[in-house]
Amino acid sequence: MSTDYSTQELMIIASAREIKDNERIFVGMRLPITAYGVARLTHAPNAVGLFESGVARYEPADGMLYTMCDAPNQLGAAWTCGLIQIMGMLSGGRVHAGFIGGAEIDKFGNINTSYIGGIENPTVKLPGSGGAADIAAMSQRLITIMNHEKHRLVEKVEFITSPGFLDGGDARKRAGLPGAGPSAVITDRAILRPHGPTNELHLSTIHPGHTQTEILENTGWDLKIAPDLGETPEPTATEMDALHQIDKDGYWR
Amino acid sequence: MQEKLMDLKEAVGSFVKDGDSIVLGAALENAIPFAATHELIRQGFTGLNMIAPISDMSTDMLIGAGCCNEITGAWVGNVSAGLGHNYRRATEKGIPHRVKVNDYSNFTLGMALFGGAYGLPYIAVKSLLGSDIPKSNPLLKLADNPFSEGKDPVVLVPALKPDVAFLSMQRADRFGNAHYWGSYGLTQESSIAAEKIIVLADEIVAPEVIASDPSRVVIPGFGVNAVCHIPAACHPSPLIGCWTRDNEFFHEYHKLTRDAEGFQAWIKEWVLDIPDHAAYRAKLGERLETFRIHGQALSAPANYAVE
Repeated sequence: MSTDYSTQELMIIASAREIKDNERIFVGMRLPITAYGVARLTHAPNAVGLFESGVARYEPADGMLYTMCDAPNQLGAAWTCGLIQIMGMLSGGRVHAGFIGGAEIDKFGNINTSYIGGIENPTVKLPGSGGAADIAAMSQRLITIMNHEKHRLVEKVEFITSPGFLDGGDARKRAGLPGAGPSAVITDRAILRPHGPTNELHLSTIHPGHTQTEILENTGWDLKIAPDLGETPEPTATEMDALHQIDKDGYWR
Repeated sequence: MQEKLMDLKEAVGSFVKDGDSIVLGAALENAIPFAATHELIRQGFTGLNMIAPISDMSTDMLIGAGCCNEITGAWVGNVSAGLGHNYRRATEKGIPHRVKVNDYSNFTLGMALFGGAYGLPYIAVKSLLGSDIPKSNPLLKLADNPFSEGKDPVVLVPALKPDVAFLSMQRADRFGNAHYWGSYGLTQESSIAAEKIIVLADEIVAPEVIASDPSRVVIPGFGVNAVCHIPAACHPSPLIGCWTRDNEFFHEYHKLTRDAEGFQAWIKEWVLDIPDHAAYRAKLGERLETFRIHGQALSAPANYAVE
């Protein structure tokens, strides 16, 4: 057990644990791509990382990436191709999981990255979906990374860019969405998971050093507690070694 | 074969008109032909509909310069620095004027261009079901799959046929045959869907070089209207094997364009007061050289022999 880790390092390792061996994963940038690297060095050596610009990789890139299109992500790739090849694989049901982030998420895991204040006269026009709406709709499961703040975890998002469980229950299935939907929301305080027939996000594990009261105070809806509530397991020495191999410069420390 | 080498200024002047729909930034975050963005702004086009899955700083500049009335994309902002200030000013405050945003996701924009490329009136997808994107973009329609027994919702994405596509390529010959390598986003679909294609080549090579490896041709010359020789046309975005990303440039732009006056000063300095891309490169000077790729990681040659 190591207690010498940052919150972000814990989030990376918690994210890595969501990746299973032999899976094809939309890894995104920054935190999830690091998590993908950790997973490959620990329990998922045969996972494959996908990037919507048209890149598939075995080993994560060696070198600083500002975007998924930078040279280090293309050198030694398993495949460089077009967007349609990679996202077509997603649409074909052949992608196991994807990581996305967002400005706002609600209790059913719906995410808004488009409009604050309405479509007609928005007070803030956010950048939009990118590939997130596609990944949320069509990857077999979805993992979301969020900062745990009251104004970000809201009762109901005003615009659904990327669908979670919509109005809850079987609404997602009825809407015709192929992927199973959110499986985990990893924040800087806790991990939330859908629970019960409503598929509402419940508090599943609390990160070490955080409290249930603090988490409830920082959630914008009346967050329910999963019956098997626990603590997010601390990073193991093996996981931290793997992370240090990838994060050589200590960016996440 | 017809020679298609042309000065960029002339190519833009000849093949673009006000109100056109234009693909610029098809490859996502690499190979963005910023040189064409500058030229569109200098020639003062208006009413353009800018199409790109990831509409980066290039689109933000065209919005701020008042060239663009519509944006067709999945993500608009500044990939390095976050939100695009001109995009926000235009959509939130109407500065310099309102722009219509045609929201897509990456995959559905890809399907729209795929439909446009191959003459398919629309494509039925499962993406965007349950999303509010079809509410903000009435071009996307919900329907039921007629081949299913029970209820089976789909989203219909109509074909998109752009007027012009600007595409950055590592190398081309004077006939417009071009090699590209690395991830290419929607370059292929855009090049087939668009009415006119303008290639910006980092290097002009002998036709034999291109002909030696036809599998690396993303755009054959017969579909190309003009090929322009512009080294570092994609600066500050990267081009595999040629240039790395000038990430700081994206941040500087973000910082300096926070208000409309700041943007006006920036666009004057970097675009309006600069006659052409050669002058832009000269202004960048030593800075540009630091992004030139000198190393070699060559692929193995492929044998096309007939016997």
